[in-house]
Amino acid sequence: MGTGNILETIQFYLSYPFVRYALITGTLIALCSSLLGVTLVLKRFSYIGDGLSHVAFGALAVASLLDIANSTLVVMPVTIIAAVLLLRTGKKTKIQGDAAIAMLSVGSLAVGYLILNLFSVSANISGDVCSTLFGSTSILTLTRAEVGLCVVMSVIVVVLFILFYNRIFAVTFDEDFSQVAGIKANVYNMLIAVITAVIIVLAMNLVGSLLISALVIFPALSAMRVVNHFKGVVIYSAMISVCCSLAGILLSILFSTPVGSTIVAADIVVFLLNCGIGKVMGR
Amino acid sequence: MAYINCEDLVLGYEGTVVAEHIRFSVNQGDYLCIVGENGAGKSTLMKTLLGLTPLMGGNIVIGDGLKAHGIGYLPQQTFVQKDFPASVWEIVLSGTLSQCARRPFYGKEQKRLAEKNMRRMDIWDLKKECYRNLSGGQQQRVLLARALCASASLLVLDEPVTGLDPKVTVEFYQLIQKLNQEGLTIIMVSHDIHAALRYASHILHIEKEKSFIGTTKQYQQSDFWKELGGGIK
Repeated sequence: MGTGNILETIQFYLSYPFVRYALITGTLIALCSSLLGVTLVLKRFSYIGDGLSHVAFGALAVASLLDIANSTLVVMPVTIIAAVLLLRTGKKTKIQGDAAIAMLSVGSLAVGYLILNLFSVSANISGDVCSTLFGSTSILTLTRAEVGLCVVMSVIVVVLFILFYNRIFAVTFDEDFSQVAGIKANVYNMLIAVITAVIIVLAMNLVGSLLISALVIFPALSAMRVVNHFKGVVIYSAMISVCCSLAGILLSILFSTPVGSTIVAADIVVFLLNCGIGKVMGR
Repeated sequence: MAYINCEDLVLGYEGTVVAEHIRFSVNQGDYLCIVGENGAGKSTLMKTLLGLTPLMGGNIVIGDGLKAHGIGYLPQQTFVQKDFPASVWEIVLSGTLSQCARRPFYGKEQKRLAEKNMRRMDIWDLKKECYRNLSGGQQQRVLLARALCASASLLVLDEPVTGLDPKVTVEFYQLIQKLNQEGLTIIMVSHDIHAALRYASHILHIEKEKSFIGTTKQYQQSDFWKELGGGIK
């Protein structure tokens, strides 16, 4: 395929609304997840994203069992509640926060799969499960309403992040100091957990529930290799995330590869590149 | 009226009492060192004063113009901060957040305050440096500048010289002494009893059942000091 040919093919695909929808939601989700990713990675909360995505999978299975048309209405609240609970246990070392999270996440994965197997009316169960876990095609079958929801949610997330940017930085860097200075650290932790839950539910369409953590973690880690201040890390990781996501979606359309894994593969390549750059720059 | 007045405090966390019958007050210009054995409740006392740990009993009265969030706190370093990508400027500026009230961003006044305190701590040149690349002594100066942005009247320091080498430790103590002479009230939790005697104006020694509060001179004549083996040269 020549260059002109590729551009023509892309142009051809862009004439379809479903491709445009995929690109819009893909960009927005990548943007939101990377914004939060920096905070989550620095606060050592990366595992919360992973745990929540499995909870979302379980909730989705239950929603399909109950035959609810708009599954987001079930999955979103359940995931938000799980986020709040996980954050609570994560703080109390007494109840072994990490074990609780591992339990919850593996448990909901197993139960979700069990429910799908026992009660599903679909002819192709493993196909359904696979697409929920790896998001193989669902991003290309988004409806207008789903895209609308994603746009609204993303705008809310970005606006909240910008408005509270300084406070989120303070709480991430030093919770105790912020609390003494009168910033309600718990409120911001809760805000971060809730936003994380929202992003994870939205991102399930894009990369599927198994790969969401990659979307959250990789851009942040890549940016932290080369940039030395917080604002720079946030901006650079957002750029990386958006570019990787766009590239991943386009490549997956061109070479008919699964969308989610192509995006994550792009993220991995960029991470390795940044590791190299970081080494060369001696950081 | 004192800055902080504590009456019959009961300290502890999660239902376990660590120390009780603690009574002391801190006045403007004091340099108070809190000493005591490990586990005696030094850190718990400090966290209770700061409002990070709920009070289990007794009273803490804040007065004499000290604002509710007018305490500059220098915490011990957390493991999160060791590889945190933040510039010195970002960190010091975050100390002014309490003055931003409901505004989401920093104003000119906050930036001026941050600059003033960075010059005061002699770290203005490090403005753009990354916190994780600084030496231990420089990192403490950064956190001190941040604490000074949060409060011009009272600093609370939690074992601030842990991990610093001897030369830097002395420099740090001199820096705190200078701030105290400039009018700042200092409360320091410390392991280092000799430095406490040398620099502090008052000593609070806490033990499970009883505690001592008084000037450094009085402390050196007390039984607490004798039990430590002090005075025997």
